Amino acid sequence: MIDTDVLVVGAGPVGLFCVHQLGIIGLKCEVVDNLDKIGGQCIELYPDKPIYDIPAIPVCTGEELTNNLVEQIKPFKTNFHLNDRVEEISKKNKNWLIKTIKGKEFKASSIIIAGGVGSFEPRKFSVKECEKFEGKEILYSVKDKTIFKDKTVSIFGGGDSALDWAIELSKDSKVKLIHRRDEFRGAESSVNKVKQLEKEGKVQILTQYQLSSVEGKNKIENISIKHEDGKIKKIKTNYILGFFGLIMQLGPINNWGLNLDKKHIPVNTENFETNQKGIFAIGDICAYPGKVKLILSGFHEGALAARGCFKYAKPDEKLRFQFSTTSKSIHERLGVKK
Amino acid sequence: MAKITYIEHSGKSHTIEVQNGLTVMEGAIQNNVPGIDADCGGSMACATCHVYVKEEWFNKLPKKEDGEEDMLDMAYEPNKFSRLSCQLTVSDNLEGMIVNLPEKQA
Repeated sequence: MIDTDVLVVGAGPVGLFCVHQLGIIGLKCEVVDNLDKIGGQCIELYPDKPIYDIPAIPVCTGEELTNNLVEQIKPFKTNFHLNDRVEEISKKNKNWLIKTIKGKEFKASSIIIAGGVGSFEPRKFSVKECEKFEGKEILYSVKDKTIFKDKTVSIFGGGDSALDWAIELSKDSKVKLIHRRDEFRGAESSVNKVKQLEKEGKVQILTQYQLSSVEGKNKIENISIKHEDGKIKKIKTNYILGFFGLIMQLGPINNWGLNLDKKHIPVNTENFETNQKGIFAIGDICAYPGKVKLILSGFHEGALAARGCFKYAKPDEKLRFQFSTTSKSIHERLGVKK
Repeated sequence: MAKITYIEHSGKSHTIEVQNGLTVMEGAIQNNVPGIDADCGGSMACATCHVYVKEEWFNKLPKKEDGEEDMLDMAYEPNKFSRLSCQLTVSDNLEGMIVNLPEKQA
């Protein structure tokens, strides 16, 4: 059991700046994020795209913003629990007990949800029969590539993951690469490589096709794919890989006893607390009249939520407002040397 | 101002007067039309505002930018009339446009 003042759910820009604000007022925190890296949407969706509306930074990319935020919170030596997801929470006395999907346990007086629009999960095939094969012969990521040796693998998608795996698996497997249109959006070099492999007969490329049905009792035997023009083609395959990017799902947050407004959590604008005492929500996931989904709004929300946590973490102390330019205690927390 | 008709997968239809300059996505979200999620808020990063534009309207729309076709690769059951509604800006020219919504967005 990890004992802390605040558990922050989400390591996107808003969660990161909130860690800074918690550190400034002397509260400890731990951060949990479902992704395998820090940065949230900035890193997962637009690492290279420019952002023009961060105050005092005329332009920066999602990756640069993340790197700068990580640099800014360095003094607080915060623990990040990546590739993990908060699953269950419960209240015990005055604390929240938090369990993650990997079995980690935390005790915290407050929780700050900075979860964007939920956690990222792979997009799945829309064909109903797929469900019973998912995790077995239908996969959305590759953990052990040896299972494909000497098998037929049908790879769906047009991005880098689909292309990279088509290239890699063509060494030891029969690969079919199936995509809904003629253009692939992955790196040009990978597209050229796949086309070369097609000429060598190592990869079969089928474009303007989408999956239409899956047949098989216990194991997949055949799949049908449907062309833009409506024609159906049946192919034998052992495995199906789908690479359609990631989708955001609210997931277990649904079960935490919070009021929800569609996929958002209503909060007050005084300290961004939810209907549950000691649970705060900031950034894209929170809802209040006038809410604007800007990173800068999330920074403000995090500053206030951090202060809202103080009374739960240190009920006998009074939080005094201080400026980082002049406060000795803030300088100590930041490790500023005179 | 243009009247836009959103038809849910179930067949239920919603006709909304949407102000010029808003997107077809915003017209749906601001009027609580179900079936458009718009998780990313209109930055062309999520493909959860996917619509099928009726053929006669599809050809009148400005062409897709590259990024939109890439995002549509991720959409739920895209077809040749698929667009991301966050990329469709409403103007008088779209008066009467009909869009069908997919069964779900993800």
